[in-house]
Amino acid sequence: MKTTNDNGGDVRLTQISKSYGGFTAVHPLDLTVPQGSFFALLGASGCGKTTTLRMIAGLEEPSHGTVHLGDQDVTHLPPYKRPVNTVFQSYALFPHLDIFENVAFGLRRRGIKSVRKQVEEMLDLVQLGEQARKKPHQLSGGQQQRVAVARALINHPKVLLLDEPLGALDLKLRRQMQLELKRIQTEVGITFIHVTHDQEEAMTMADTVAVMNAGRVEQLGSPADLYENPKTTFVANFLGTSNLIEAEVDTSSGDEIVLKAGGGKLSLPRARCSAPATTGGKMLVGVRPEKISLTHADDAGEIPESRNRITGRITDSSFIGVSTQYVIDSPACPEFEVYAQNIDRDARLAPGAEVVLHWNPAHTFGLDAAQDIDAGVETVAEEAA
Amino acid sequence: MAFVNWLKRHLVVIAGLLTLGYLLLPNIVVTVFSFNKPKGRFNYQWQEFSTDAWKDPCGVADMCGSLGLSLQIALWATLGATALGTMIAFALVRYRFRARGTINSLIFLPMAMPEVVMAASLLTLFLNMGAQLGFWTILIAHIMFCLSFVVVAVKARVMSMDPRLEQAAQDLYAGPFQTFVRVTLPIAAPGIAAGALLAFALSFDDFIITNFNAGSTVTFPMFVWGAAQRGTPVQINVIGTAMSIIAVLFVVAGMVISNRRARQKA
Repeated sequence: MKTTNDNGGDVRLTQISKSYGGFTAVHPLDLTVPQGSFFALLGASGCGKTTTLRMIAGLEEPSHGTVHLGDQDVTHLPPYKRPVNTVFQSYALFPHLDIFENVAFGLRRRGIKSVRKQVEEMLDLVQLGEQARKKPHQLSGGQQQRVAVARALINHPKVLLLDEPLGALDLKLRRQMQLELKRIQTEVGITFIHVTHDQEEAMTMADTVAVMNAGRVEQLGSPADLYENPKTTFVANFLGTSNLIEAEVDTSSGDEIVLKAGGGKLSLPRARCSAPATTGGKMLVGVRPEKISLTHADDAGEIPESRNRITGRITDSSFIGVSTQYVIDSPACPEFEVYAQNIDRDARLAPGAEVVLHWNPAHTFGLDAAQDIDAGVETVAEEAA
Repeated sequence: MAFVNWLKRHLVVIAGLLTLGYLLLPNIVVTVFSFNKPKGRFNYQWQEFSTDAWKDPCGVADMCGSLGLSLQIALWATLGATALGTMIAFALVRYRFRARGTINSLIFLPMAMPEVVMAASLLTLFLNMGAQLGFWTILIAHIMFCLSFVVVAVKARVMSMDPRLEQAAQDLYAGPFQTFVRVTLPIAAPGIAAGALLAFALSFDDFIITNFNAGSTVTFPMFVWGAAQRGTPVQINVIGTAMSIIAVLFVVAGMVISNRRARQKA
C-alpha cells in the first residue's frame, strides 16, 4: 500500500449524484471527509445516505461527479481495487467460512501468505480470540458485528465505511458497541464514515455529522453545533426535539431581533438567526425543551426581566426519572415541550396549572418561516415504529 | 376406551409406519425375489432360496452392457444439466433481462408436460434433422428434461442467498472470478448437489423419452421392459436391490456426516 501524505486520506466527493430511472437518490453533493476523522451521515431511511456510502465503496457507480481518495480518482475503480472496506448492515459474514477465515479473507485475496499472526492480533483487538474456529451463526449479534469490523480493519483501509452496523443490536449492546467502535477508531486512526438513522448514535460517536434529507445534505457540523444551531426545521426536529413558534419580526436593530408571538415579545440574538429579518416579516423561533424553566403563574413576578417568556397551561406531564417532561398549551404554540430536571420539584406544576415558560434569549434560534414547520418530525416517528 | 386413547396418542406414528410400509413393500418383494430360483423364464412365483443370481449378476446376455450405458448417460446428462441449469438459475435470479419472465415459465414446461408428448416431439425433431438415433440423441433428450429440475433446485438456493455476501467479497479485494469460486459457489453448493442427484435419478430410470429416441440402443430400463415380455431373469432383481441398497447407503452416510458436524458445533 502507498504511503499517505498530508491529505492522502481525505475522501472528496465532487458534485456526486445518483439517479435510478426517474428517481434521484442523491442530488449533486460536495463533501470532504478529512483523514482520521469519525464522520457520520445521518438521515431517515431513503434519504440517500447509504447510496452515498456505496458510491464511496464502489458498489454503486455515480451518475455524475467524482470520488477522490486523497489524490487518487477512484470514481471508476471496481470495489476490489479500492483501498476502502465496508462493515455491512447485518454484517454479511461468509456463512461457509469460520471466523478466522472470514477475517483472513481480504489478506488472502491480496496474496498474503502468512496471515495467522495478523488475524490473531485482530481477533484479540475485538476480543474474539477464543472464537476463531467457530462459524458465524454460532456467535451472538454483538460478536458477529465485531467480526465484521475485524474483517474490514485487518486490511488497513484508508477509509472504513460503516453501513448502519449497530441497527440489529439491542439498545444496551448498541451503547456498548458505540463506545467500542469509538475506541477502535481512536486506536487505529483510520477515517470512519458511519451511516445511521439514529441521531443519538451519530452524536455520541462522530466528530462531524452531515444530516441528509431527500438526497441532500441539510447541514454539516459538529454534533454540538448541529444541536444548538440548527439551520433548517428538518435538522431542528430530526436532531432531538425543538419547540418552533411562528412569530413576526417587530424590530431588528444591532445584535438583537425582537419578535411578536402569541401576544408577547421574544428576543433573538442576530448571530443565531439563519433567516433574513425584515420588520413585519414572518419567522420561526425555536428553543430546545431542556433550556426552558417553568414557573407557576403565581410566582411570575420573580422571573428576571431579561428572559424570554411565554404563558400557558400544563396539559400533560410525565415523570421519567432524571427529568419530568411537560406538554404546555400556550397561545404561541399548542404543544410546547419542556424537560425539567428533577432538582426541586414544585408540587403545583401538575396538569391544569397556569405557568410561565422562560429562558435565556441566547438559547433562542431563528429559522426561515418558508419551511415546513414539521419537517423531520414524521421521519423520527417512522424510524421509532 | 384405553385402546382409543392409545390410538389417539400414536395416530401420527401409525399413519407414518403404514405409509412407509406402502412405499417399501414393492422394494421388499424385489429384494426377496432376487434370492428366488424360478422354474421357467418368469420370476413371479416363489420356488426356493438361492444365491445363484447374486453370484453371477451379469449372467444374462446384454444386461450389464445396458446397465453400463444407462450409468454413462446418467453421468453425462447430470454433468450437462447441472452446469447449464446452474447458470440458468443464476441468470434468472440475479439479472433482469427482456425474456426473463418467459424463460421462467418455459422452464417449468418440461416438468408439466406429459412425457409421451415430449418424447414424440423430440423424435420428430431428430428425424427432421436427420439425426442418427442412439447415445447422443438419448443424452440430448435427458439433458433437456433434467435441466428444469436442476434450475428449480438451484434457483431456490440462489434466491435465499444474500447478494451482500458477494458485495462483501468484492469489497475485500476478490475480483469477479475469486468471488464466484470462493463465495458464490460454496454457498450455492447444496442446491447444486440436490439438483445433480435429482438429475441422475431421473436420467437413470427414464423409459418413455428414451424409448422413443434410442433407435437400436438399449438402456437398462428398456432392457427390463423388453425382458419382462420374454421372461424376467432374477438378475434384474439383483440389480434393482443393489441400486436401492446403494441409495440407502448414500442417505445414511449423509445423515452420519451432518450429525457429526452438528455435534462438533455444539
